[in-house]
Amino acid sequence: MPELIAKPALGAAPVTHAGTTLAEADLPQMTAIAPWPGQAEAVGRALGLQFPLPNAVTEAGGTRLVWAGRDLAFLIGGVAPEGLAAAVTDQSDGWVALTLSGARAVEVLARLVPLDLRAAQRGQTFRTALNHLPLILIVEGEGDFTLLTFRSMARTAWHEVEEAMVKVAARAL
Amino acid sequence: MRLTCPLCGPRDRREFYYYGAAEYLNRPAPDAAPEAWDDHLHNRDNPAGLVQDLWYHEQGCCSWLKVTRNTVTHEIVTVEPVAGGAA
Ligand SMILES: [Zn+2]
Repeated sequence: MPELIAKPALGAAPVTHAGTTLAEADLPQMTAIAPWPGQAEAVGRALGLQFPLPNAVTEAGGTRLVWAGRDLAFLIGGVAPEGLAAAVTDQSDGWVALTLSGARAVEVLARLVPLDLRAAQRGQTFRTALNHLPLILIVEGEGDFTLLTFRSMARTAWHEVEEAMVKVAARAL
Repeated sequence: MRLTCPLCGPRDRREFYYYGAAEYLNRPAPDAAPEAWDDHLHNRDNPAGLVQDLWYHEQGCCSWLKVTRNTVTHEIVTVEPVAGGAA
């Protein structure tokens, strides 16, 4: 069995503009959970979490269920048990996680994401777009976001966000 | 333009993909006359006023949606999931 070495998508050092920092986060195991029809509640019970409503995250300890579409959630930071009443697929190596945090994070995202995030709170998530890239946006707290997008688009995502940060920094407060 | 997705809530037009007339949901029987298939695939009324069409929430929950809108006033009247009992 060959020794496989896990590599980050970017290996980029964090950047800060306008008191707001973009960083690449370690992505723990991430599993798509699509319950069979009518099984969402049972699946949630088996995972020890409530199956999330649209635009919501449920969490306990380091494990989260992040709503990701119709009848679909991503299990992050936990392992799906065998025999779950759901279609289960490991997505871990297909995604990249970036964090954007700081006083002007909402203004940066306003340039890229077609949502009003000024009142965003922990517990919310949005399946949306980062310019043209598919995005799962998780609200960690005030001015604090995790951005999940496809790993194949990691460099584009990083470029888009940093560009927006530079432009926000160039404007007066 | 915004559509209020039954799952995601009000979202910007750029999250959606437009497919065409909701007539596509009314598929003729396999043995229907060629005229029925011609109507189904090609012939549209193009009224000024209420129309129904299909949109896909591509950069969102991935639901197909039936949208009723008014081409005169630009009002979006209803946005309904095509799949029953979505959650
Ligand atoms: Zn939606």
